[in-house]
Amino acid sequence: MPVIDLMSGFVAELRRAGLPVSLTENLDAMEAIKVIPIEDRDAFKYALGATLVKNSSHWRVFETIFEVYFSLRGSQYNIVDPGEDQADEFWRDEQDQAQQGQGEGRGAGGGGLEALTPEELANMLMRALMQGDQAMMRALARQSVARFAGMEPGRPVGGTYYLYRTLRNLDLDNMLAKLLEANKQSNQREATNLEQRLTKDEYESRIEQFKKEVEAEIRRRLVADRGAEAMAKTLRKPLPEDVEFMHASREEMQSLKKALFPLTRKLAARLARKRRHGRKGPLDFRNTVRHSLSYGGVPAEPKFKYPRPAKPELMVVADISGSVAAFARFTLMLVYAIQSQFSKVRSFVFIDGLDEVTKYFKATEDIQEAIHKVNTEADVVWVDGHSDYGHAFEVFWERYGKDINPKTTVLLLGDARNNYHASQSWVVKEMRKRARRVYWLNPEPRSYWNTGDSIVGEYGGHTDGVYECRNLRQLEGFVEKLV
Amino acid sequence: MSSDFVSVSQVRDGLKKVNYLADEGIAGVVYLAQRLGKPVLIEGPAGTGKTQLAKSVAELTGARLIRLQCYEGLDESKALYEWNYKKQLLRIQADKKSDSWSDVHDDIFSDEFLLTRPLLEAISAPDPVVLLIDEVDRVEVETEALLLEVLSEYQVSIPELGTISAKQIPMVFLTSNNTRELSEALKRRCLFLHIDYPDMEREKEIVLAKVPDISVNLADQIARIVRSIRQLDLKKAPSVSETLDWARTLILLGVDHIDAQQAKETLHVLLKYQTDIAKAAKELSVDE
Repeated sequence: MPVIDLMSGFVAELRRAGLPVSLTENLDAMEAIKVIPIEDRDAFKYALGATLVKNSSHWRVFETIFEVYFSLRGSQYNIVDPGEDQADEFWRDEQDQAQQGQGEGRGAGGGGLEALTPEELANMLMRALMQGDQAMMRALARQSVARFAGMEPGRPVGGTYYLYRTLRNLDLDNMLAKLLEANKQSNQREATNLEQRLTKDEYESRIEQFKKEVEAEIRRRLVADRGAEAMAKTLRKPLPEDVEFMHASREEMQSLKKALFPLTRKLAARLARKRRHGRKGPLDFRNTVRHSLSYGGVPAEPKFKYPRPAKPELMVVADISGSVAAFARFTLMLVYAIQSQFSKVRSFVFIDGLDEVTKYFKATEDIQEAIHKVNTEADVVWVDGHSDYGHAFEVFWERYGKDINPKTTVLLLGDARNNYHASQSWVVKEMRKRARRVYWLNPEPRSYWNTGDSIVGEYGGHTDGVYECRNLRQLEGFVEKLV
Repeated sequence: MSSDFVSVSQVRDGLKKVNYLADEGIAGVVYLAQRLGKPVLIEGPAGTGKTQLAKSVAELTGARLIRLQCYEGLDESKALYEWNYKKQLLRIQADKKSDSWSDVHDDIFSDEFLLTRPLLEAISAPDPVVLLIDEVDRVEVETEALLLEVLSEYQVSIPELGTISAKQIPMVFLTSNNTRELSEALKRRCLFLHIDYPDMEREKEIVLAKVPDISVNLADQIARIVRSIRQLDLKKAPSVSETLDWARTLILLGVDHIDAQQAKETLHVLLKYQTDIAKAAKELSVDE
């Protein structure tokens, strides 16, 4: 396939995944690959990355798509027409053997990997991991996939299934413990704690690398079977800012957390700047006179004082029951990361009982630690540990209602799934009378609102606005509006 | 440019000679930037060698480095050019009678009265230059627009003089600490390079290259410990420059093998927050 066709498919896929690739950037990429040979895969990848990806958090998505589209373009993987699956498989096996021959030659020497028993294979893997032998690890990854994944052409199963099968057969979960044990025995003296820790990190990173090799191998085979386009579609993942709080996997949570900090820094800088700008301040006489000097004493350029608007006070009341816990956590993290933008922040969490958690955030600089304490120490269960918004709001009103003043903005977080308890929506109504603003943030998609036991409409009627906050992008947008 | 690069590996080797250890990505983008004549926007955590890259490329190509440090409130007269108002005033007052109005007018808006600022200087330089626009995320969005003409056309328009085009295309590096989203227009005109913390092997090489008299063993140990620390959930992960500071500290202390006690005593060189130091000490079990 000529490079230009491949490129247009590739760019189209990037756009489908949500990357904003403009026409000029596309042209730049074309220009770039003229001076970089496609055979130099790494350089080629970075050339495309530099021209097409302008946001570092999009890099992972780019990498995945790149792999799908170009990983088979190396000299050793000429792609065969997808119609000829059998032939393809056969040819591929031949290739595999040739490859393994090389790996073997460098590794243990003599004999094909094909002939090994599973135990021998596991031992070789262990040795390779121990020594950090890259070539051997790659060869073993290929061999393991061929042997254990049980891949059949045309079988409509996702890559994760094959990955699971391969890793389970290799017993990778226990590999770390085995490696550490072996290391201990080979050392004459007792290792110090520090050394042990470093060794463990080293092995972990090697095992991680091996897993990646296996994953890449499975992907390569799947692409050969199904074609790049179909494969890219199944692998398509949302960008970190589009991941939904309520359905995020653990891995996605990690990437969300990583994305949160640069985001808060940006947000704080932007808000501070916004606060300082605007032309409404009174005339700064001193500054105007000073500048008039360069116009021969004529005050041609009037200077104004920066307006310093009052910062709002914030009360966050968050549901932290199972389904919406992740959302509450992220909102609290975001709010506390930019707390310099508010004059005062108080936070409350509830399930069916309610507790103030401001003290956890005051006690430590570490937001993660505070969140952890909120989850473990806050007293939020009253009867059965199922969400009861009505009771929680009643308690809130009784204990803290008097603290709401006209400077306060109240944020209510939750999906308003009340398990058919009494709503007590009069509390929200009273809050609004006293507070500057009352907002409700709901992590559920708008189409789910007011279905089943969700009564967000009943509460929402008494607030200044109900906002859908399914992902970081929406949350960021709301916070900016708030300040 | 005095010497054109012919391949990515040449760039990498060249940078290595001037003590900058580039990985495949960095070398590739520098090579592309020169071949395509496009500016490079470098982003990444603080202390990973963004500014140093521009300096090293200048050193490698034997070009003069012109640096524009950005800050909030930077404007045309600081970045592009300014008329030398006082000198113009003197010129007008010097011989009031002899010249006609048009002569004076032509005269006071000529090169002699123009104060060049970094951007114009880079454009009009006859010798090869590398232009470094540092911390571009600190200027306001509106000021960014100043850069656009320079970056895409390599020219500066001065109403009184006309357009000044570059005699040779300079290599341009912009660095950003990512405190705000840069405008699409700016990003579109640049090649994008994200410099992250180096992997263990490269960090070890950097330590070996930058710290004289360090043993391979110690460098290896330093790189390993720093990698483990970076995996923790910290407020501020140690940067490459902090790693180097740490390495130098250990050398000064005459350490050639780090044990728990030494690590604990010198951790404050690597980490700058008390909570981070406590966490790292606990995690690496060096606090007993």
